[in-house]
Amino acid sequence: MRLINRYPGPVGRVALAALPFVLVGLVYAQASAARLAENPQDRILPSFATLGGTAWRLLTEEDRRSGEILFWGDTLSSLSLLAAGVGIAALLGLVLGVAIGLIPLIRSSLQGFVAVVSMIPPLAVLPILFITLGVGDTAKIALIAIGITPFLIRDLTARTLELPQEQVVKAQTLGASTLGIALSVALPQILPRLISAIRLSLGPAWLFLIAAEAVASDSGLGYRVFLVRRFLAMDVILTYVAWITLLAFLIDWGLARLSRWLFPWAEARG
Amino acid sequence: MTLVQVDGIFQSYGPRPILERVSLSVGEGEFISIVGASGCGKSTFLRLLLDQERPTRGQITVDGQPLKGEPDRTRGIVFQRYSVFPHLTVRDNIVAAEGLSRPLGRLFGPARRAARARADATLDRIGLAHVAHQYPAALSGGMQQRLAIAQALAAKPRILLLDEPFGALDPGTREQMHAFLTDLRQETPMTVFMVTHDLREAFKLGDRVIVFDKTRWDPHDPAAYGATITYDFDARNGGIPYQLKEDQDGSSHPAAQPAA
Ligand SMILES: Nc1ncnc2c1ncn2[C@@H]1O[C@H](COP(=O)(O)OP(=O)(O)O)[C@@H](O)[C@H]1O
Ligand SMILES: [Mg+2]
Repeated sequence: MRLINRYPGPVGRVALAALPFVLVGLVYAQASAARLAENPQDRILPSFATLGGTAWRLLTEEDRRSGEILFWGDTLSSLSLLAAGVGIAALLGLVLGVAIGLIPLIRSSLQGFVAVVSMIPPLAVLPILFITLGVGDTAKIALIAIGITPFLIRDLTARTLELPQEQVVKAQTLGASTLGIALSVALPQILPRLISAIRLSLGPAWLFLIAAEAVASDSGLGYRVFLVRRFLAMDVILTYVAWITLLAFLIDWGLARLSRWLFPWAEARG
Repeated sequence: MTLVQVDGIFQSYGPRPILERVSLSVGEGEFISIVGASGCGKSTFLRLLLDQERPTRGQITVDGQPLKGEPDRTRGIVFQRYSVFPHLTVRDNIVAAEGLSRPLGRLFGPARRAARARADATLDRIGLAHVAHQYPAALSGGMQQRLAIAQALAAKPRILLLDEPFGALDPGTREQMHAFLTDLRQETPMTVFMVTHDLREAFKLGDRVIVFDKTRWDPHDPAAYGATITYDFDARNGGIPYQLKEDQDGSSHPAAQPAA
């Protein structure tokens, strides 16, 4: 039987999905054990036991100076910056994307501009943001928003242009104004596309957040990772990286579920 | 009484002529079937009637008034596909026929409840009440087209344009749709233009059947000339031809057969 026609059974499916994770874990455990056998003080590849202990300490122990648990404070700080940046970008992307896709005059004026702006490397703008907005949260939110808004605008413009022209004509024969078409024909059909586009841009959003936190901050997940790097605290770094990965995965999964729940018709269309 | 008057329409896209010298006079309440080869400009003609595009030359008037430059509620349309809104339930698709004309494109409060009640009555009548809360994607092709026609009619247009509305349906469903359309027309007399590839359907439903074809033909450049109305049949008595449009340059054309 050809390889392209072979499918795993229910058990095989789980086993195959778990395989790469198990392999990575095994390779790590091996390498860690080898290093620790050579030098028990080695900090580069801590054992799983050390990692578990560190994670427990990070999640439960209060900081001696502030009396807070830094881990949760960092999480809250990062997530609120991420939400603010992505939220602003989503709003801008939605409004401008639909406007550019639907209204020829706005398209003529803004499409080229957005195409050029989207070529600006956001990280190169970071110093400008720090200079103009200070090193506080505003600059970090601005970096995330600047980083992903052009992509969202372009993606949602394309999605709006993809709406069958028949629907726009149909709406006009039912007496719809431009605003009515934007709000009742385009917007509802673009919202599920917005969620897909946000899911795609979350990777870059995390990148910009962590980069900004690493450069100038006093809290946040990215800040902590870069802070403890000076002490070679690999156990802390790995715990934070695993946590960031889990958060990113859960947000992505949650958005997918949300989209299916809010827009059942978008699934049926296939 | 003449409702739609088409005078010497030419339509080209770039250098390519699609329609030439199309003139037509249609009385209020007439059902015009339009047939012709694929790509000869039937949909283009409907777009001109809809005022989705302006002709290169010539003029279309409705009730003696020139068209205004964009589609409006006086002319409804049903396409072969994409005619209903996929994000609205079957019932809300009917409600949209009233709601879309509001400033924000939707109805609120008591107006919305009243429109929903009317929509439910409509769905009852067209046999879609049992799927009122489903999305169009869950409906069969015939049900979707029934919904599309009901939606267009809910806006009470004077002129209804149908672009191969039953082209994708199986023969049995097609027959049902014919009966459905005939019933609806007895209730609300409106002027209908229907493009179809099915000659039997054209003669069965239409009062007149008009044929679009090319009267001039350059074998080295098939796209050199556009199509015009070559036949205009009276379809009321089983389709006895009462009028044969004259070829302007006098040549008879081999493709000028309605069965082409
Ligand atoms: N907007 C347009 N721009 C350029 N060419 C077009 C456009 N619309 C239609 N055409 C061309 O005009 C011809 C007639 O199209 P159409 O009216 O859709 O034919 P029909 O409906 O009779 O099959 C086709 O060759 C098509 O490619
Ligand atoms: Mg066509």
